[in-house]
Amino acid sequence: MAGKRKIGRGVAIVGAGMSRFGMFQDKDSKDLFAEAFRELLESVDKGLDPRDIQAIWIGNFSNDFFVHQAHWGPIIADLTGLAPRAVTRTEGACASSTLAVRDGIMAIASGMYDIVLAGGVEEMSKRTTEEVTEGLALATSPYEGAAGFTFPGVFGALANAYFHKYGASREHLMNVTIKSHENAPLNPKGQFRQTIRDLMEARKEKARQKGLPVPDWSDEKEALFDPSFNPPVAWPMHLFDCCPISDGASCVLLVAEELAKSFTDDPIYVVGFGQGSGRGLHACPSFTSFEANRQAAAEAYGMSGLKPEDVQFAEVHDCFSIAELIHIEDLGFFGEGEAYKAVAEGETRREGRMPINTSGGLKCKGHPVGATGVAQMYEVWKQLRGEAGERQIPGRDLYIGATQNLGGTGGTCTFTIFERR
Amino acid sequence: MEERPISDISYRKFIEEGKLMGSRCRGCGKIYHPPRHLCEDCFGTEMEWHELKGEGELTTYTCIFVVPPYMAEEGYGRENPYCTGVVTLSEGPRVVARIEGVDAKNPESIRIGMPVKAVFNRVGEGEKARTYLAFRPA
Ligand SMILES: [Zn+2]
Repeated sequence: MAGKRKIGRGVAIVGAGMSRFGMFQDKDSKDLFAEAFRELLESVDKGLDPRDIQAIWIGNFSNDFFVHQAHWGPIIADLTGLAPRAVTRTEGACASSTLAVRDGIMAIASGMYDIVLAGGVEEMSKRTTEEVTEGLALATSPYEGAAGFTFPGVFGALANAYFHKYGASREHLMNVTIKSHENAPLNPKGQFRQTIRDLMEARKEKARQKGLPVPDWSDEKEALFDPSFNPPVAWPMHLFDCCPISDGASCVLLVAEELAKSFTDDPIYVVGFGQGSGRGLHACPSFTSFEANRQAAAEAYGMSGLKPEDVQFAEVHDCFSIAELIHIEDLGFFGEGEAYKAVAEGETRREGRMPINTSGGLKCKGHPVGATGVAQMYEVWKQLRGEAGERQIPGRDLYIGATQNLGGTGGTCTFTIFERR
Repeated sequence: MEERPISDISYRKFIEEGKLMGSRCRGCGKIYHPPRHLCEDCFGTEMEWHELKGEGELTTYTCIFVVPPYMAEEGYGRENPYCTGVVTLSEGPRVVARIEGVDAKNPESIRIGMPVKAVFNRVGEGEKARTYLAFRPA
């Protein structure tokens, strides 16, 4: 059970890298991981001799299915020049790479290693949308597929339960999407870099060029209510409630706390981490919360001694818009049934009280599932060090940030808290 | 009581026969659906079959417009969505199943909390014939 367990030895991130996220016909998993690793090497302020890396953990959900190649550990060890060092692949669906970091942290905390590379990769876009949908559905509970549930369908059912319980509506989900797209143009590595308004104008221009009737939407929500712009996927989930299919890779360098300052004057310390498991929809105690989130959050808060109000910003797993609302309630940033109101009031925008998904989130940045958890950490690393460029959270001194990563339909959830000292 | 082992395979055989079966813990009496091998309350390991009445209420639902291949085979798609959801049975456990007899093209007309009843639908022919569980407004 969740308690106040501490790790025996502190761990810090001293380097991070992330590839561009997107759909790349001309790049494969190795190209993408090499891109992320190259950036990591350059990001270590005082330099890193890669030969000092002792072991690797790599998260990957299902390249087996997506590109028909399994056993990604040794491929990554070879690619980075680190073979024959130990490499381990972790799988927790869309939370795979957070599990890689967690294992790396525990390996350092145990005294087994001092310097570990942890990351993730996924290459999804070589498959058709139907095939990717089928591949992702492998991570739902077996009982759900038999009932015709899809991945978006599970989140659609959660959204209807949330609406029914709290009186929220589709418009509140749109606030999440519009907010994420406001951050999108500011992330040079993101898959989508346009605001909803940009996309509306592009659609109008296309209609003009084709001589078709030009839509007369007055604002973002009017466009998002128009099924020709935003068709239903699994009611009430529409196209703009869903993250895209993506390719990408990400990695971080984890080192024992006592070594951190030899790599940088500005390390980011891991002060709490937690992980929980969840069950199929039939066994969920609640449809407006993930029990795995609650478990992960209790562990991470207990370990760090921090409270939700101590966390200044977070990256959360917005695979679907409704998930963002549920997560920020489960993590205690907002009360139960309060998140949709807070988002409507702008509290989760970059300049708001509790910025959420400054990267643009999975919705805009992209979601190469095995790379997502560490890509969230990359954003926190950038923000805490004041290196997030145009999307830097304005007007405050940042020292505590967090990432929440979800696998499947809540079967695996993690929560990790980082501190800049 | 039935002699079949407690398993998903046995459960599906019962569905083929038009029976909705859960498992009941011999230690503490808790009823589970789908059947569980082990009790998560008392950690008892002895389970027996327990037939469920198939009556309950709709707890939540979704209407699927972008459909998986096996539902497309039944003729569902963007223009012909279907409803699926979670039903809470009168005995307590929940069931994930298709919801029929509702207007899936008009999802907002479907009411959480409405009473529903299990039906067993036969589809396909020959080797592909199978029975699936669904719920309809009671
Ligand atoms: Zn029991």
